[in-house]
Amino acid sequence: MPNSGSRHVLDNKWSAVSGLGRQAVEAFLRLGYATRVLGLTLMNSNVSARRPRLVVREVYFSGVLSLVIILVSGLFVGMVLGLQGYQTLKVYGAESSLGVLVAFSLLRELGPVITALLFASRAGSAVTAEIGLMKATEQLRAMEMMAVDPIARVVAPRFWAGVISTPLLTAMFTAMGIYGGYLVGVILLGVDQGSFWSQMQSAVDFREDVVNGLLKSIAFGIAISWIAVFEGYDAPPTAEGVSGATTRTVVTSALTILFLDYILTSLMFRGF
Amino acid sequence: MPSDFVEISGLHFGYGRRKILKGLDLRVPRGKVVSIMGGSGCGKTTLLRVIGGALRPSAGTLIVDGESVNELDRDGLYRLRRKMGMLFQLGALFTDLSVFDNVAFPMRERTDLPEPIVRDLVLMKLHAVGLRGASKLMPNELSGGMSRRVALARAVALDPQLIMYDEPFTGLDPISLGVISNLIRTLNDALGATSIVVTHDVRESMKILDYCYLMAEGQIVAQGTPAEMLGSELPYARQFFHGEIDGAVPFHYPGTDYGAELGLATRAR
Repeated sequence: MPNSGSRHVLDNKWSAVSGLGRQAVEAFLRLGYATRVLGLTLMNSNVSARRPRLVVREVYFSGVLSLVIILVSGLFVGMVLGLQGYQTLKVYGAESSLGVLVAFSLLRELGPVITALLFASRAGSAVTAEIGLMKATEQLRAMEMMAVDPIARVVAPRFWAGVISTPLLTAMFTAMGIYGGYLVGVILLGVDQGSFWSQMQSAVDFREDVVNGLLKSIAFGIAISWIAVFEGYDAPPTAEGVSGATTRTVVTSALTILFLDYILTSLMFRGF
Repeated sequence: MPSDFVEISGLHFGYGRRKILKGLDLRVPRGKVVSIMGGSGCGKTTLLRVIGGALRPSAGTLIVDGESVNELDRDGLYRLRRKMGMLFQLGALFTDLSVFDNVAFPMRERTDLPEPIVRDLVLMKLHAVGLRGASKLMPNELSGGMSRRVALARAVALDPQLIMYDEPFTGLDPISLGVISNLIRTLNDALGATSIVVTHDVRESMKILDYCYLMAEGQIVAQGTPAEMLGSELPYARQFFHGEIDGAVPFHYPGTDYGAELGLATRAR
């Protein structure tokens, strides 16, 4: 039956196309739902503002408990930068500019980006798993039945805690990184201490470098927190559903951070 | 004050195209313990969620304490829910809070009571379920029966007028079972509340009930006092209340012919 055979092939082709269409529609629906959850979170943030202790508690769990990984990573990233930068700059006899290289790399790119990636995997995934499990064990439903809005009581404080923690952690990562660069460059490899710091001081512009880096980290903080709370809130209430949501938080956050970084960099540093 | 706390007539609800409740009629008189029974998946839990306003029915009327639930806005719904307490199937205790804080949660969130009064009230509620001594424990340190009792203390924390129980007897040992069923009755009478118990545990619930509804496929198929239900001649009611394996509800899930599926007809040829 050649006819039915070719129709079968045709059907398969069309099903691939319609499957692609369906996936696109689903992706947009999800994005719409995520936007709605974000809107509800922002509208229901009055509880977080009235009871700052709820946010402080989450800042402790998301931010303070991430300090060790952030500080240690910052130190090593700075040390590697110091080492690599020294090797390269030495070729041109410009090793006294090592401080500038370390500070620029960390303030503009590595500080915000690596902190955000680490924060998403350490704290974002935990927030998703926690909200997802609260949903799976009916805790969110129980709250609703007690006339307590779970978005206001559970989601919003975690969202704001992420937004607050990310720039603070970025600042600490960057400071630690610069110290790491100093350790390797000045203490270990013998770059002149005076030129290391003074060149850094004169080259780094507060508005151009520090503020822009901070703005980046705030944007990343909003993105990670949004993704983390939405994935948790939207997770299917099963063990598999929560584990899938946790993975999606890390993957989507990482891609979003890198994509946003390109967009923000191209907007912020056009003068170069 | 109407004599029925909950009045439902012609109630329809579905998730998308899948219809769960199909024209359900039910009344829950004030001060009574009423149970809604039925096989797994017949829509009992959905019905509780509809009564609590967590799900909106597609048609029919639903009146709780004189208010039409479908017409309430969010604030109205939250106001109505303050009159309700609900015990979830697995307790749904907040795992990051201690037993004490779990029971205090609705008081702290919904009232402006000073902390010393909250403390006294929490201890009184915990004493009523026999767990005052466990107030400092965390939920993961409790047995199944204990966490169900803590959840019950939390459900009645604000002295609700309507207490809803979603499968309160599931997975409990005989002692805990007796404790929970006894508590359902005594709390209802002590608080002057009305209780709806969704369950499929016939033996335990029949001891404490005033009235019973039997649900099947989204409708009420039989109703009456426990004695009337146990003596019912309706085939489904008889099968349900006496635990018969085959009857109105067939043992086999509908499928193709058994012999054909095993290929016996072909083999015989």
